[in-house]
Amino acid sequence: MTGKPTFETIVATHGPTVLRVCRAVVGAGEADDAWSETFLSAIRAYPDLPADANVEAWLVTIAHRKAIDITRRTARNPIPVAAPPDAPGLGDAEQFGHDTELVGALEHLTPKQRQAVAYHYLGGLPYTEVAAIIGGNTNAARRAAADGIANLRRTYPGASTKERTAQ
Amino acid sequence: MNTESELTAALARGLDDTPDHLRRLHDRLAAAAQAEGVLDVAYRTVDSPVGSLLLAATDLGLVRVAYDIEDHETVLQALADQISPRVLSSAARLDEVVRELDEYFEGRRRTFDVTLDWRLSKGFRSTVLHALPGIGYGHTASYADVAQLAGNPKAVRAVGSACATNPLPVVVPCHRVVRSDGAMGGYLGGVEAKRTLLGLESAA
Repeated sequence: MTGKPTFETIVATHGPTVLRVCRAVVGAGEADDAWSETFLSAIRAYPDLPADANVEAWLVTIAHRKAIDITRRTARNPIPVAAPPDAPGLGDAEQFGHDTELVGALEHLTPKQRQAVAYHYLGGLPYTEVAAIIGGNTNAARRAAADGIANLRRTYPGASTKERTAQ
Repeated sequence: MNTESELTAALARGLDDTPDHLRRLHDRLAAAAQAEGVLDVAYRTVDSPVGSLLLAATDLGLVRVAYDIEDHETVLQALADQISPRVLSSAARLDEVVRELDEYFEGRRRTFDVTLDWRLSKGFRSTVLHALPGIGYGHTASYADVAQLAGNPKAVRAVGSACATNPLPVVVPCHRVVRSDGAMGGYLGGVEAKRTLLGLESAA
């Protein structure tokens, strides 16, 4: 009988995605804490997770709750929000170039837009799952993600320049 | 950057991190899980003269030693199924085992002192395995001898299957069990590994 994968496999399979989602939603400065709290919470609950559960959706849901906790904590104890391109946790900013500018542009999104973009495009969740996590219906989740993408295009210099050239 | 997929792919790249960083987060998770008592099975691998060995421990002690030919991924999945899916690679819990194995392979240790978790062996097989440390370092015993030692002289074949399914090879010395005609007999780690271990013990 083969049951659930080892938690090691869960971390190896979904760890990078969850980290991207955390970075998008809470920023590089808090992402490590969000990731750690997400997986610690997940390993606690893992034995009770149904074998046929969508693990990615489950992890992103936990990450969403942890991100809210962290955002509340930092709102109570405000610290200067690090701009992602220069944030120390992000590693060598040079190597990412334009991609990190795009990450910086996430700051101009509303929280709902940022969450919808992160959970759908980075977490790979369908809009029904995204709606279940952020509240509202599927259409609202789809709209939030679309607005978020449009917003990124407007504010991301690389994108808008290219778009203007294309027009 | 014209299409949505290009934009989101660039976003994912910008948010991506190095394997080193993820490794550090993993280790931090393992330490936190250990501190909270939710790391049910910790494991690591070590290189040895008999190939790469997988070592796994519960909070009760060393629960599994596995040879490469047993396929470590298969063994880990079996541990998840039989004990708990809360399995993480984590060196800390296995430090003592690694130290003792190093000493053993260097010929400086004759018996193992680490605490063992015997939960993976049941019934008569467990009785057989418990009797094996009675065969001293550098000695061998026949399957029939061990059957006698385990209190059931007729159960020679059962001794063979107990050895073949020993969850704690090397540490629980099933390699010291040989055929009555003096031939080496089979070994779950392969005959070459058995020869290496017996050679090591007779040289020391």
